[in-house]
Amino acid sequence: MWKILKYSFIDLFRSKWILSYLFFFFIVSEGLIYFNGNLSKSVASLMNIILFLCSLIGIMFGTIYYYNSKEFIQLILAQPLKRSSIFIGHYLGMNLSLVSAFVIGTGLPFLLNGVIFSDFADSFVLLLLIGVFLTSIFSAISYYISLKSENRIAGFGLSIFIWLFFAVIYDGLLMVALLYFEDYPLDKFSLIAIMFNPIDISRILILLKLDISAMMGYSGAVFSKFFGTYLGMSISMLMLMLWSLVPIIFINKSAKSKDF
Amino acid sequence: MIRINIIFLLFLFSMQSYANIIVSSNSDIKTIKQAVEIAKDGETILIKEGLYEESDIVIEKSLKIIGEDEAVIKAKDGNKVFIINSDNVLIKNLTIKDMKTSYIEDISAIKINNSNSVIIENNTLINTFFGIYAANCTNLIIRDNNIISNAVEQSSSANGIHLWKCKNILVENNHVEKHRDGIYFEFVKNSLIKNNYSKLNLRYGLHFMFSDNNRYYKNRFEDNGAGVAVMYSNNIEMIENDFVENWGTNAYGLLLKEIKDSKINNNLFKTNTIGIFGESVIRCQFEHNDFMNNGWALKFISSSEQNNFLYNNFIGNTFDLATNKNSISYNVFKNNYWSSYNGYDLNKDGIGDKPHKPVDLFSTVISDSPVAIILLRSMFVDMMNFAEKIVPVITPAGLEDLEPMMKEIKHD
Repeated sequence: MWKILKYSFIDLFRSKWILSYLFFFFIVSEGLIYFNGNLSKSVASLMNIILFLCSLIGIMFGTIYYYNSKEFIQLILAQPLKRSSIFIGHYLGMNLSLVSAFVIGTGLPFLLNGVIFSDFADSFVLLLLIGVFLTSIFSAISYYISLKSENRIAGFGLSIFIWLFFAVIYDGLLMVALLYFEDYPLDKFSLIAIMFNPIDISRILILLKLDISAMMGYSGAVFSKFFGTYLGMSISMLMLMLWSLVPIIFINKSAKSKDF
Repeated sequence: MIRINIIFLLFLFSMQSYANIIVSSNSDIKTIKQAVEIAKDGETILIKEGLYEESDIVIEKSLKIIGEDEAVIKAKDGNKVFIINSDNVLIKNLTIKDMKTSYIEDISAIKINNSNSVIIENNTLINTFFGIYAANCTNLIIRDNNIISNAVEQSSSANGIHLWKCKNILVENNHVEKHRDGIYFEFVKNSLIKNNYSKLNLRYGLHFMFSDNNRYYKNRFEDNGAGVAVMYSNNIEMIENDFVENWGTNAYGLLLKEIKDSKINNNLFKTNTIGIFGESVIRCQFEHNDFMNNGWALKFISSSEQNNFLYNNFIGNTFDLATNKNSISYNVFKNNYWSSYNGYDLNKDGIGDKPHKPVDLFSTVISDSPVAIILLRSMFVDMMNFAEKIVPVITPAGLEDLEPMMKEIKHD
């Protein structure tokens, strides 16, 4: 598994896609710091970009990379290797390269501008952590989808739809539900609903670090109380971990029984 | 000759010629109470440095009571210290401390009843229950005092400066900290509140009710439980005040309730949960204020009418304006700068060519269903707001700034 991880990581990290991904994040965060001149605001603007891009790039890259390296996988499968180690190694290698491109690209400009010594060090670390989680979660989901579907177009379409669902449609449905049932106490319901969408968990976690004044409104208090505590923080972190683990388990399961 | 003069001057000073009575631990008059009893109308009492443990000093004549540095009065049994019942009294340079909490009596360091022309100046009040309590007074001056308590809960704490049914009061340069209300006014008219600093109070930094024709200048209200509350008053001027960091589940920089014909100009509202919360605010001017990084810059209930919002800066607020429902309220928004404005200025006159709608769809949604705040900054909400901006359906149609400024307004 580690050997395959290493090969796919090295293979990918030399590709111009990953390098341009890294470079893109570098430019964006450097630009945000340069134009805002204010680290806390840069962290806030970066939040939206990370929520949007990490998940989207993860989803797209997962599918594309799987379909592109299908022949390579088939070749490897001929070797006396365990299937689970082939697929999980392959996935982890891809994920690791995406993650490290993101971390280096985003982290370097902030480090150069001295974020470690500012008050935003913890929200910045949280931001990086969330980017890492989102990348892993969505690349795993898309990897699983492409593993399941032989048809490239269908796999790609489904992946994009999944991303669209979590990024936009889910919130829309949630809002409709909140408005429709506005006469009922919905605090707990919305907290639980948020936990089933990794993008929402990430958004709220960062938001509570940055936008506290608005979140502190009467009902926001419930949320900041929950997410402000260690319990809330660890539950949401746990959910993010679960979200990144479950697709890997599914990949493993489906890889074992797949015909080529 | 000069030397003789200097010696003469020194002699004069050492005589303390300006004091008629000197209170000191090593003179005949050892207590302030005794001094007040023997003093005649219009005389001056000087209190030398030292710790005096006294209470219930009733002043029934015109006196000047002045403390030397380090003249400290510790309230005996925690009871009230000065009770002023006469006109023309000055209390200066004293430190008064350690009052007890009472649920029956309004215990205060300095209580002024039915008096005219009283000056309370340059005192330090520490852990007093009520700091300065004035009832039915005119021409008071409360200046340069440091009033610091250690209130923990509202029910067992009291106000720093408490004025009830007074007229022509000047409250200036005071520092009020950790009380229930920093400065409390009820039925106070024609007064000026200037350069005060009120912070960390449990309820309001400044609280006033039924008080008409007052002016508030250059005060700073910081990190109070619920900010500043101004209720049931007319003709108020609030100018160049700072409302900062009033955070909490039910906090605002400034709460206006039943206010008419007032001016709120050149103030700064920064990082409050709600900058100004308005209920039944009628015919008021809001000009040249800065609203920065608040949760809501303005939140107005639809009973507010005929207000003018001109030349204000709205920068980096999560929501610039929220109102309930879709009523036309005859409020005018004009020539404000909105950092969320995304229009253009083709003729380069500094005024945006496209009206700005400060109420976005999401803030309307939130006033219907407050829990929906959990969707703040989600991509869906951004898309929804964007769609609503292009084709407004739900947001109040009449509520817009027809001439938004393109650049941040510099107030002079």
